[in-house]
Amino acid sequence: MTTAPPGLNEVLQRTFSFPKRHFLSVVDLNEVEVTSLLDLADGFVALNRQTSKKLDLLKGRTLMNLFFENSTRTQSSFELAGKRLGADVVNMNPRASSISKGETLIDTAVTLNAMQPDLLVIRHSSSGAASLLSQKVTCSVINAGDGQHEHPTQALLDALSMRRAFGRIAGLKVAICGDILHSRVARSNISLLQMLGAEVRLVGPPTLLPAQAERWGCAIFHDLRTGIADADVVMMLRLQLERMDGVMAPSQREYFRFYGLDREKLACASPHVRVMHPGPMNRGVEIDSEVADDLAVSLIQDQVEMGVAARMAVLTSLAARLDNDR
Amino acid sequence: MNRPLAITGVRLVDPASNYDGPGAVMVVEGVIADVAKGGGLGALAKDVEVVDGAGALLLPGLVDIRVKTGEPGAETKETLESAARAAAAGGVTTMVVQPDTHPVVDEPSVVDFILRRARDIELVKVFPAGAVTKGLKGERMAEIGLMAEAGCVYVTDADRPIVDSKLFRRVLAYAKAFGMLVAHRPADPWLAGGAAASEGEFASRMGLPSVPVAAEKIMLERDLALVELTGSRLLVDQVTTACALESLERAKARGLPVTATTSINHLSFNEIDIGDYRTFCKLDPPLRSEDDRQALIEAVAAGLIDIVVSAHAPAPPEEKRLPFDEAAPGAVGLETLLPALLAFDHAGRIPLIDLVRTVTSAPAELLGLASGRIAKGAPADLVLCNPSTPVVVDAGRLTSKSKNSPFDGRTLQGKVMMTLAEGRIIYRA
Repeated sequence: MTTAPPGLNEVLQRTFSFPKRHFLSVVDLNEVEVTSLLDLADGFVALNRQTSKKLDLLKGRTLMNLFFENSTRTQSSFELAGKRLGADVVNMNPRASSISKGETLIDTAVTLNAMQPDLLVIRHSSSGAASLLSQKVTCSVINAGDGQHEHPTQALLDALSMRRAFGRIAGLKVAICGDILHSRVARSNISLLQMLGAEVRLVGPPTLLPAQAERWGCAIFHDLRTGIADADVVMMLRLQLERMDGVMAPSQREYFRFYGLDREKLACASPHVRVMHPGPMNRGVEIDSEVADDLAVSLIQDQVEMGVAARMAVLTSLAARLDNDR
Repeated sequence: MNRPLAITGVRLVDPASNYDGPGAVMVVEGVIADVAKGGGLGALAKDVEVVDGAGALLLPGLVDIRVKTGEPGAETKETLESAARAAAAGGVTTMVVQPDTHPVVDEPSVVDFILRRARDIELVKVFPAGAVTKGLKGERMAEIGLMAEAGCVYVTDADRPIVDSKLFRRVLAYAKAFGMLVAHRPADPWLAGGAAASEGEFASRMGLPSVPVAAEKIMLERDLALVELTGSRLLVDQVTTACALESLERAKARGLPVTATTSINHLSFNEIDIGDYRTFCKLDPPLRSEDDRQALIEAVAAGLIDIVVSAHAPAPPEEKRLPFDEAAPGAVGLETLLPALLAFDHAGRIPLIDLVRTVTSAPAELLGLASGRIAKGAPADLVLCNPSTPVVVDAGRLTSKSKNSPFDGRTLQGKVMMTLAEGRIIYRA
């Protein structure tokens, strides 16, 4: 078996134990828990860069991926995270298999739960789906995105990327731009970044901002240049193309003109600004390729790398609380 | 032949005669034969059965004008009989059932079916509300005249707003000729489409599709303008927002013939009760903000809202044990209506007699029913209730076939001891 890198061993030997059974929402977490998860994830980043990446922290455990919505990067990120920790990983595709035919979410969950998984990762198009599931199963449930509610592991990996790029999160000016209304990534990020002391701003056309978002303690901007002025991090969100077709914005070209991030608009931000995007990107719609591919500016590749490490940290922390023998 | 029944030693509350005080009632042959206000009934004949109220409340049996069952068409949710049993347990002696069944109550034979079923069940009085439009589609007028003749008490498309203003204007005008009351749920369907919660900070945080409160006001303003145009009566089916109350207040001040209801749920809960996506709190219209709820309570106290309904809407587990936005809206409420209403008396917000009015004489007078009052010659529909007994609601033990009560786990104060319908004891705790 692989030797863990020295930094990781040190973190693993710390006594803090994660007190939650499920990982459903950033709102459930506190700063101590988040910091310990980030420290642990940092250690896993080093491991993931070794030739031999496999540990046995989750040996004998079963991780089940239950993705009711399509996802390439999140699902494979969880799959890799589980495998590198030594767990058996099963990917269920409920939409293609017979378990979805007329079966409710709860029935599916109860069926899968009977197969005794230890960790169940769920993505679903309905807000609250992960929470509902967690009430009906005996294993740990990890929310990999529920409707327009939360995507907590994304917020964790984003925070990890920022902390590694800037050495801190407190005091960073982070502008989250685009379709905030439909974005679970935005909701999780806002909560987590505010908890860690960042200043969060929201930028987008009024049609894409949630009602009463001003009560979230974020400054709201409808002009991209003003919104990202002096920002350390500009986080662009994916915008569903059909929403730009006269539904939420008149056209793609109008949207890109006012809310697409290009080099010229980015010049308004801080000189050491870093650009993030949860992916997948609509190039030329919300973000210009020139910006997305500039490694001096873009953290987008880092985010993907940090995703695996952050999820390994979450899985390790939850598994430490699992029953050993039922 | 039943023995005469005397209910003595009660606190008699009869909003129709504005009486709230000690009293007793004599019931003979299903009719209230004598009402003694302030004292007793005097010497009673030997064959009289006596119920000693021991200071409990004696109210007219409740008249709940917005009840859904699953019959015909979805009897697994609730049948007319199970709803009637739930009603009896809740002190409701008259219920008006909504037309959105399968088949839809949009022609006289379905009206007839419900009336016959209700007669066979022999518990509470059941009156059907007919559909305004055929198949509730909002396109063509249903047979309003024939349904009136068959025994409908009002017409409504239940939860579905009638979008076509020209059609709705004609409905109001046409129904007037038959003395038929038209009810309408004010909701702009474009704003409200797909919503699971009220727009605001809570729904935004929870990532729930939401509807702004203006959706209710927009449709209500249209309806009120059409009432003014046609001079027809309108029953506003469930006002739930402060902004719509402003419109209602203006309309009433101008003397328009409008009557408004709200649901006990919107008086008792706000959007925060949804908590961690509790689908029992998913309602249509959705639960509102605390400001709206407070405005509703004030409106009931001021008489701006005339009638409180249970909005009883049974939904079985397979429709509720789902992610919030997929779950069916609605809550059962027949059994909790009275104790939930009493909470506003206990809290000193609304005097008891005014609360009782909203569920007895106000709806009965609106629909021209003989019940809803405690008066000599009126049908002996009565409920005896101990107002101070605490009851922890256990949804699993409700009489209704469906158990989707948002009051589950809540402590209410007030317990129905006995319900009489036309002199028959149909429920006894």
